[in-house]
Amino acid sequence: MDTVSNAVHYIFLGSAACFVLGLHLMNHPRTARRGNAISAAAMAVAIAATVWLVIHEGTITTTGWLVLVSGGLIGAALGLYAAREVKMTAMPQLVSLFNAVGGGAAALIAVNDLLQADHPAALGARVSLPGALDIVIGAVTFSGSLIAAGKLQGVVSGAPVVFPGARLLNVLLPASFVVGTVWLVLSPDSLVALYGLVAVALLFGVTMVLPIGGADMPVVIALLNAFTGSAVAMAGFVLNETALIIAGMLVSSSGGILTKLMADAMNRSIANIVVGGFGTGDSAPAAVAGGAAAQVRPVSADDVAIQLAYASKVIIVPGYGLAAAQAQHELGDLAKLLTDHGVDVSYAVHPVAGRMPGHMNVLLAEANVPYTQLKEMDDVNPEFPQADVALVIGANDVTNPIARKPGNAISGMPILDVDKAKSVVVIKRSMGHGYAGIDNELYTDPKTGMFFTDAKKGLSELKSAVGEFVG
Amino acid sequence: MNELDLLTAITVFVLSVLIGVEVISKVPATLHTPLMSGSNAVHGIVVIGAMLIAAESHTWLGYVLAFVAMVFGAMNVVGGYLVTDRMLEMFKARPAEKKDV
Repeated sequence: MDTVSNAVHYIFLGSAACFVLGLHLMNHPRTARRGNAISAAAMAVAIAATVWLVIHEGTITTTGWLVLVSGGLIGAALGLYAAREVKMTAMPQLVSLFNAVGGGAAALIAVNDLLQADHPAALGARVSLPGALDIVIGAVTFSGSLIAAGKLQGVVSGAPVVFPGARLLNVLLPASFVVGTVWLVLSPDSLVALYGLVAVALLFGVTMVLPIGGADMPVVIALLNAFTGSAVAMAGFVLNETALIIAGMLVSSSGGILTKLMADAMNRSIANIVVGGFGTGDSAPAAVAGGAAAQVRPVSADDVAIQLAYASKVIIVPGYGLAAAQAQHELGDLAKLLTDHGVDVSYAVHPVAGRMPGHMNVLLAEANVPYTQLKEMDDVNPEFPQADVALVIGANDVTNPIARKPGNAISGMPILDVDKAKSVVVIKRSMGHGYAGIDNELYTDPKTGMFFTDAKKGLSELKSAVGEFVG
Repeated sequence: MNELDLLTAITVFVLSVLIGVEVISKVPATLHTPLMSGSNAVHGIVVIGAMLIAAESHTWLGYVLAFVAMVFGAMNVVGGYLVTDRMLEMFKARPAEKKDV
């Protein structure tokens, strides 16, 4: 290694350290933004160092420069546009799209490296094995993330798409990965093995994600995030770049931890989610059960407003229904009115509220809710018994006390202890079921009032009604 | 470039996983979405790999693959960091004064 190459690799090491520092600063909302800036600056330095290295090595052709610069500019422009324009509700799609391109780029690097080698037949397993793994993981992530983004965007059906033989295919395809990988390692110059592996991996990404329901998306995105990281790390093995290995594995552990947290929050194993068959589509059946509806206590906006205005502690329980109704801002306004009136307001956010890990927090932050009011499940659950009112908006299964009893679809799932509050108000359109498709015992609890309305309209009414009491 | 010793590479791999788990598990659930998009931006380091293969390519197929990898990688880096910053900017300890609409 010559001096320049050495210097560049020390710079890479410094950048990798800054990535760790950046992620470390994410442990508090106060420092998180600085952490991201440090990480971004380190990335910019690493990219500049790579330009230096490329110039120094001098093997790049004019066409190579054209490819590098034009590709970089086009990609940067697309990224800039996407980051500026995306709505916070569409964040899961965007993250999924970034997973796709990251995985895709990693797979392309391995394909290119195997094709460009001077004597591919002589490549040792040291390059061809990580190369094959990179191709498999990267290509699965690419097609799988695109399908996931399509499902979230509504382009692909959010309901589990099951076709005859899907299960069999999902066993046969991974088996063919093993065959293809071994083949490619034994004969790295075989184009059939190379392209075959790419094709099979792309197909598997599709068949893996299609049968997974919309409600399980938080787990799927986190899992694909972990895959992308691993693919990038494999690309690091192929290219002999430790920076890629470090960064890739940091992302992979992040994705892995989030996948585990999400699966735990749904009380389901990761295998169970990937195999599918439980999650339903985004549009849960809105069937009104006449018998159950008769036992609930409907309340009006004025009733609820009185309760809220005279409460000393209110816990708001937001679910994805709130975001679907685009009512975060109305909720934020109502909460601010109550806070200014001296009511202690906080939000109980279930880990799977939203379409990706932590999604609901971002949606509330966008609606001007201070992060000090956002509480995690384990912290807020002991507070419910002191709450005068628990206001549930667009959340269903995560509030259902039946989860504490054995023998039903959500048994054992960690829930918010909403039923322990002194009184409960649920804003809901109808008595429709949640994703699990079961009755919610909370709604028939005598201390629960049901405010049947659209979330956005209901919250505006509440805001003006509360305004009259406290104004 | 010199062949990186396999043992060294695997050592780096294993230690990175351990550091990742240690650091990430301290991130509060409130910030899980920015964490995800932020770590997403970190795997945009793949753009460096794309640059290196662009430098080594000498065939048309190689150029095309490198070009697509460059577009993907650059989009990943730029988009990932910007959108994370946009999200984190919204997290405030006190509600901001409402802007006039």
